[in-house]
Amino acid sequence: MSAITTATEAIESPNALRRLFRRPLALACIGYLLLVILVAILAPVIWPGVDHEQAGDLIRARQGSTPDHWFGTDALGRDVLQRLLVGTRVTMVGVVEGMVVVLALGVPLGVIAGYFGGLPDRILTWISDLTFSIPGLIVILVVLSIFKASLLAAMITFGLLVSPHLIRLVRSATLPVSRELYIEAARVSGLSRFYILRHHVLPRIAGPIIVQASFLAAAILLVQSGLAYLNLIIEAPAPSWGGMIAEGLENISSQPWLIWPPGIAIGLTMLAFLLLSDQIRDVGVETWQGPRRRIRRKDITQVQAAALRVEGGRSDSGDDGSPAEVALLSMEGVRVSVSSPGGELTIIEGVTLDVRVGETVGLVGESGSGKTMTAMAILGLLTGGAQITSGEIRFAGRNLVGLSEQQLRRIRGSEIGLISQEPMVGFNPVFRIGTQLEDTLRLHQGMTRRQARVAAIDLLRRVRLPDPAAVARRYPHELSGGMAQRVAIARALSGNPTLLIADEPTTALDVTVQAEILELLRELAHDERMAILLVSHDWGVIADVCDRAVVMYAGQVVERAGIIPIFREPMHPYTAALLSSNPHHAIPGDVLPTIPGTVPKPGAWPVGCHFQARCRLSTTECGEAKIPMLQPTDERETRCLHFRVLAQESELVEVTRS
Amino acid sequence: MIENSSVHRDSRPLLEVRDLGVVYKLGRRRPPLQAVDGVSLSVAPRETVGIVGESGSGKSTIGRAILGLAPIDRGTISLAGDDITHAGYGQRRKISADLQVIFQDPYSSLNPTRTIGQTLSESLIAQGHRSRSEIEARVATMLHRVGMSEDAASKYPNRFSGGQRQRIAIARALMTQPRLVICDEPTSALDLSVQAQILNLMRELQDEFQLSYLFIAHDLAVVRHLSHRIIVVYKGQVMEQGASNTVYSFPAHPYTRALLSAVPVPDPVEQGSWRELRLSDASEARAPSGENACPFASRCPHAVAICRTSRPALEETPEGSSVACHRWRDLRTPATTAVRNNGISQVPQSSPSNSIGA
Repeated sequence: MSAITTATEAIESPNALRRLFRRPLALACIGYLLLVILVAILAPVIWPGVDHEQAGDLIRARQGSTPDHWFGTDALGRDVLQRLLVGTRVTMVGVVEGMVVVLALGVPLGVIAGYFGGLPDRILTWISDLTFSIPGLIVILVVLSIFKASLLAAMITFGLLVSPHLIRLVRSATLPVSRELYIEAARVSGLSRFYILRHHVLPRIAGPIIVQASFLAAAILLVQSGLAYLNLIIEAPAPSWGGMIAEGLENISSQPWLIWPPGIAIGLTMLAFLLLSDQIRDVGVETWQGPRRRIRRKDITQVQAAALRVEGGRSDSGDDGSPAEVALLSMEGVRVSVSSPGGELTIIEGVTLDVRVGETVGLVGESGSGKTMTAMAILGLLTGGAQITSGEIRFAGRNLVGLSEQQLRRIRGSEIGLISQEPMVGFNPVFRIGTQLEDTLRLHQGMTRRQARVAAIDLLRRVRLPDPAAVARRYPHELSGGMAQRVAIARALSGNPTLLIADEPTTALDVTVQAEILELLRELAHDERMAILLVSHDWGVIADVCDRAVVMYAGQVVERAGIIPIFREPMHPYTAALLSSNPHHAIPGDVLPTIPGTVPKPGAWPVGCHFQARCRLSTTECGEAKIPMLQPTDERETRCLHFRVLAQESELVEVTRS
Repeated sequence: MIENSSVHRDSRPLLEVRDLGVVYKLGRRRPPLQAVDGVSLSVAPRETVGIVGESGSGKSTIGRAILGLAPIDRGTISLAGDDITHAGYGQRRKISADLQVIFQDPYSSLNPTRTIGQTLSESLIAQGHRSRSEIEARVATMLHRVGMSEDAASKYPNRFSGGQRQRIAIARALMTQPRLVICDEPTSALDLSVQAQILNLMRELQDEFQLSYLFIAHDLAVVRHLSHRIIVVYKGQVMEQGASNTVYSFPAHPYTRALLSAVPVPDPVEQGSWRELRLSDASEARAPSGENACPFASRCPHAVAICRTSRPALEETPEGSSVACHRWRDLRTPATTAVRNNGISQVPQSSPSNSIGA
């Protein structure tokens, strides 16, 4: 379990600010904007006269860059640099005024609309829609005709007009957060709405708000400069960036240089706002994507895993039997590694396992044991930089390790079928079930559309759906959980596979539906001689459908046995402990036997037995060297030095039972 | 059966729910959804009542209605004698000292932007506790009690595994020393060995803090392990209820039997014999039943005409459980009242009193 922690740590650290500061581009933007603000505050103090300066040194008018006037002088002989710096204030004041209005309206109203929903939401959405249809510039001009040259009035008006953008964004960010369980837990605790919004909702949506605010700041700057350019908001001699562009334009033929300084200032500042919003968004994507369960699952398969390893000495009890006993799938010492900052990290340590024709093999383990990773390795679907570094996967006589992606793809849908925990994941919601099955059939079997149509219905019949033609006409969202899993199995069967890999196929289903799906799997194995590798954490499911079971712990196979012996007489302490922690076997009300401690992470595996730290039978021997797969009997294998102790114990239990 | 059931037998119920109805409005075009339809139940002090049912049965909605998180359409809910059916913020705050919750998903039930300490102290702040040192001491005690180290208080939830988060969620629920905790599938997202740890912890805490649990889950083995009494719900209605051993050993309702026989037993031999016996559970394809029908009629293999025209009331069985089925007397044949005991006992065993109506 602790390995999950490492996985999510990387994704989500509440310290987003620190990570923002680690980005050079973000630092540059913040630095520039701080400089602009500093100038806006200080420049008018340093050069108090500039605001009222009708004309400067007329003799030195229209000059280019000189040591006295770095940016030259304008038509009235005023210093361009001074005007630019002093003009920063009025520009920035405009941006701040606009932003205050936007934030003061957008954040609270958006949160209210998203959190409370209902009538306030509908009214706010309606007002927002209305605002979008108002021609903003005309409204501002009307306002300015009443409040002559009032920057404040213009910016408030513009703020009012753009705040619906923020309201919408905040609303849609609030909506999912307000449905989180911790919000409900806070409500159950009787915390006030204000407290919940302030402490639970706002911090979660701060990221998107800052991104959008930064973006809107750029827009406000542009409008402010535009209005200043039109000479609508600033009285004549006072400088502003927009006003300076207007002046430059008047003299464009004699002094083309004049429009550059204010133009570059406006451009750079907008760029800083926009880039900063981009940078915050990037950091935010890393930060706020809370570890949803699906993501978590992926991380587990990426970052950690475990598998089965047999170091030599494995006698293949099954291989010398009749032809039917020959393994269809045979993994031999498969090791999966992922490159990490500390070098190659082994996450599956040598899996060896066989699946024969018509046989169902259960791959059992808790999260982090590597069972899903093992299944994905067979299909060549390893993600997150994980790869097979040694071993063989022989399927129907070929070694799958080292095949090209194209060759693997051909084997995937056709010779090996996959069913996953979420049946509808691979279906496109906008197409009918029948159409999608037909496409798969045409792809894998080269059928014509007509043939495929018939075959699709046959497939649906094969998975025992009561009215296959009606199901084929449905869309994925119109299926119940059980039907969806049947349809997914139908698609897995579309390429006529000989091996089916089922990764927790019933975990998301109700028990009654689960029973039906397991029945179907059993029929497939029995009637059609399908080989099935069933990945599951549920001993009940394993007991119901499997012929043999392979138990994994922390990257290794720890036990392998026929289904009845493994339940009756587990020969690895982990198997025994896992079986007994199932409440099914406990006397109601009694304390359940548990396994102390946690599963060690990949990279932290001890020398010798991976389970030693949590094992009640462990001795110094267990930590001295790698434990090989031992063979107590012909049919059984265990990676435990003390299996005899366990065997004796279970004999005792048998005696007391009878 | 859990031994101390006699302790709370005659005490007044802590939680009393009568004829609860919850209706969700699904917008103008679709008819409203009756998620809970006339459920009555009670929980005594120090008692655990389990609610089982499939997804969509309304089992979670019952818990949410009690917590004030679902729109109650009719009925009453009272906690320790006070009517809390339509409690407002003020009253919720008051009763939150007594009524807490543990949710299923340990990943969404803790705010990733708040430290564990902040999350744990919230309910105390809501109760008006102001002394920082007192709150911190209580946080440390609770963390320690649920098996976490005290320095967890300053960390963020992403540092912890699913099992650890669920321990933290339990600690949060117990901060105010509540009397009733609603547990909504508290272990279904956890691994088997972790689940056992959490179930043990919950039992210890029940004794230590004199807690009552309303335990909602779909895993029948887990519910049985913890519950004194069990309520089986389907489509928002109670199908059967009674002492946990009685319901598991002598399931009277066809739905209860379908549920019990569908759970795969972690024992291949026993599971094999069960499979043979499994009732041929009809699929959903049959015509849906109307307003005044047994909600299970469309799926029930034993449904007859009356099941489609009249809704059965809860009746008491000789074993002491109650069942809402028109035909429960006819169905009490040896084969169907098979006992499914602690995984050791074998199939099928007839009930001691099944001569009636067989």
